[in-house]
Amino acid sequence: MTEQEVLDRIARARARRPRVREERITLAHGAGGKATQNLIEAIFLDAFDDPALAALEDSATVEVDGAHLALTTDSYVVSPLFFPGGCIGDLAVNGTINDLAVAGARPRFLAAGFILEEGFPVAGLTRIAGAMSTAARAAGVRLVTGDTKVVPRGHGDGCYITTTGVGRRDPTVRLGITTARPGDAVLVSGPIGEHGVTVMLARGDLEIDADLVSDTAPLHGLTAALLGSGATVRVMRDATRGGVATVLNELADASGVAVVLEEDTVPVRPAVRGAAELLGIDPLYIACEGRLVAVVDGADQERALAALWDHPLGRDAAVIGRVVADPPGLVLLRTGFGGTRVVDTLVGDPLPRIC
Amino acid sequence: MRFVDEYRDAAKARALAARIAQLCEPGRQYRFMEVCGGHTHTIYQHGLADYLPENITLVHGPGCPVCVIPMGRVDDAIHIASRPDVIMTSFGDMLRVPGGMGSFLDAKAAGADIRMVYSPLDALAIARAEPDRRVVFLAIGFETTAPSTAVTVQRAAEEGVTNFSVFCNHVTIIPGIKAILDSPDLRLDGFIGPGHVSTVIGCRPYEFIPRQYRKPLVVAGFEPLDLLQSVYLLLRQLADGRCEVENQYARVVPWDGNPAALRAVADVMTLRPYFEWRGLGFISHSALRMRDEYAAYDAERIFPVPGVRVADPKACQCGEVLKGVLKPWECKVFGTACTPETPIGTCMVSSEGACAAYYNFGRFTRERVKEAVR
Repeated sequence: MTEQEVLDRIARARARRPRVREERITLAHGAGGKATQNLIEAIFLDAFDDPALAALEDSATVEVDGAHLALTTDSYVVSPLFFPGGCIGDLAVNGTINDLAVAGARPRFLAAGFILEEGFPVAGLTRIAGAMSTAARAAGVRLVTGDTKVVPRGHGDGCYITTTGVGRRDPTVRLGITTARPGDAVLVSGPIGEHGVTVMLARGDLEIDADLVSDTAPLHGLTAALLGSGATVRVMRDATRGGVATVLNELADASGVAVVLEEDTVPVRPAVRGAAELLGIDPLYIACEGRLVAVVDGADQERALAALWDHPLGRDAAVIGRVVADPPGLVLLRTGFGGTRVVDTLVGDPLPRIC
Repeated sequence: MRFVDEYRDAAKARALAARIAQLCEPGRQYRFMEVCGGHTHTIYQHGLADYLPENITLVHGPGCPVCVIPMGRVDDAIHIASRPDVIMTSFGDMLRVPGGMGSFLDAKAAGADIRMVYSPLDALAIARAEPDRRVVFLAIGFETTAPSTAVTVQRAAEEGVTNFSVFCNHVTIIPGIKAILDSPDLRLDGFIGPGHVSTVIGCRPYEFIPRQYRKPLVVAGFEPLDLLQSVYLLLRQLADGRCEVENQYARVVPWDGNPAALRAVADVMTLRPYFEWRGLGFISHSALRMRDEYAAYDAERIFPVPGVRVADPKACQCGEVLKGVLKPWECKVFGTACTPETPIGTCMVSSEGACAAYYNFGRFTRERVKEAVR
């Protein structure tokens, strides 16, 4: 068999319906990579069989008596609960706002569920609730309902939060992960990987200090500015778990296109790059909590960029790549060194290398 | 970023590539093996192959420590980890390595207390913090990581920490290279020598390779320009009719290695008569065990382990890939039955493994990519 035949055979194998082969849930199933996708597609899509779900967007778009709504939910588990630049409360509000924002919706209402572990300090909960309130108010979103459960000591990691959000959507805006086409430009709204590295360093395992704060931020203002710029926007995503690489792989797959990234144009702060070098992980896979990835028509690239630059959260926005036709489903990277490689979806969390 | 960007300069790479192309004899095929998995990772991460002429093939060698650990040893480690009194600690990329009964990640999901550490000293710190538990460090790696294991054991002994032990799987690089050199289907023109291992063992141990096997070896650094320069140096030797050990990584590797590190290893560990390497089989004097003086820190003696040898899956051709006989995509199960999600062979597990590197970074033909990035 030639190399191309083998690669074609692999492409066919990858296109097959995923199965969950593991007997038990492992941490890889929660890392946002292939294992997570397999779990969602093989178990949840099957069980809940619904066209609004099957789109696998960050928010579902639904219509209620003529009102076009976006609906989303997200659970937040982070250790440590407090880190430079924010806490689990900020994430729980901003993250859900962002899932609505990238669906082109204006976020309106949030619901919050708390799972607390016996023994968790009330002062900590007060701080978290305060952060949520501040974040919601700053974003003009109302937190209107909630729920609290307490589990015995050892059955939870202090505090888990689930938030659900509803927003109003302009039905004339057509966005979708399947709509990217050759000639489109890929933009990112700012330096990547800051949240992930900040949290990793805040855990203290690495004993590295860096001048970094989480990038957690609500993106609805930025997405509205982009949509209002007149640029033809095809896809918007916030690059959370799995980072920019995972988002772009989902997009390449869903749209049947290839994405070619230019490594030198991807904004990465030196502290993030340094930590990533040290750990042998790629910033493209590190989580952000306030970074927009957008695909726009190539002809509108400058207009889109100008709109992002005009917004405080988009000052460091950059075009990082473009969409091409072939090979479909692949994300390629032109490295700063001048070579080319594939940027694939990871199976689970990026694991530090041994040496 | 200083100390990184200088070694990734595209203009310098183009200049080196031009000199490499000039040195290649037309019509001659060159096959160089990079022994170290770290090099394999660099080659793919930066797309180095794009700078090499078609007649130079880089063959990925056995120097990925995670890839050569045999399945039976993984099972033994899981057996220890599954004891309720044990906290098993390990480097991150060991977590997904499949044994005969699953990986550490699976064992963790089934209830074992397995924790990722960045250094054996972190494992010792856990032992100090949790005196009621028995903390085991799964030690893997070549001479690169053996000194840090040795120093940790010395420290544990000095401090009188009694709930810490090491499940020792350290291997030594020279017997691995020798096994490859002695393999009958070997066709190599030279070696890119492992950089980090050489910081410890130095360059002298490789001198038998040019002398007895008539193959040149260049000890190389881990940045893409280091590797490109090493290819150049190998071609230069071949063109000049020389055959010797050269040190491209002189900014880090002393010719005589690191005597203090070697002393620490010699104090704590001793050679095993033989050890199994995944895919390569049993190789004599190729691995380290704890010395009798440190028996109290030897997990193999503290805990009963099954010690059952698990044969590599029949379909798996990791051995041929490790020896450079097969390219990853030429393996029967590559990319279909054996993928990074469901690795059959260890070459697919670690990002340093030849198959995983090819699958993750190189899964395309150059012609199509040239078209895409044009």
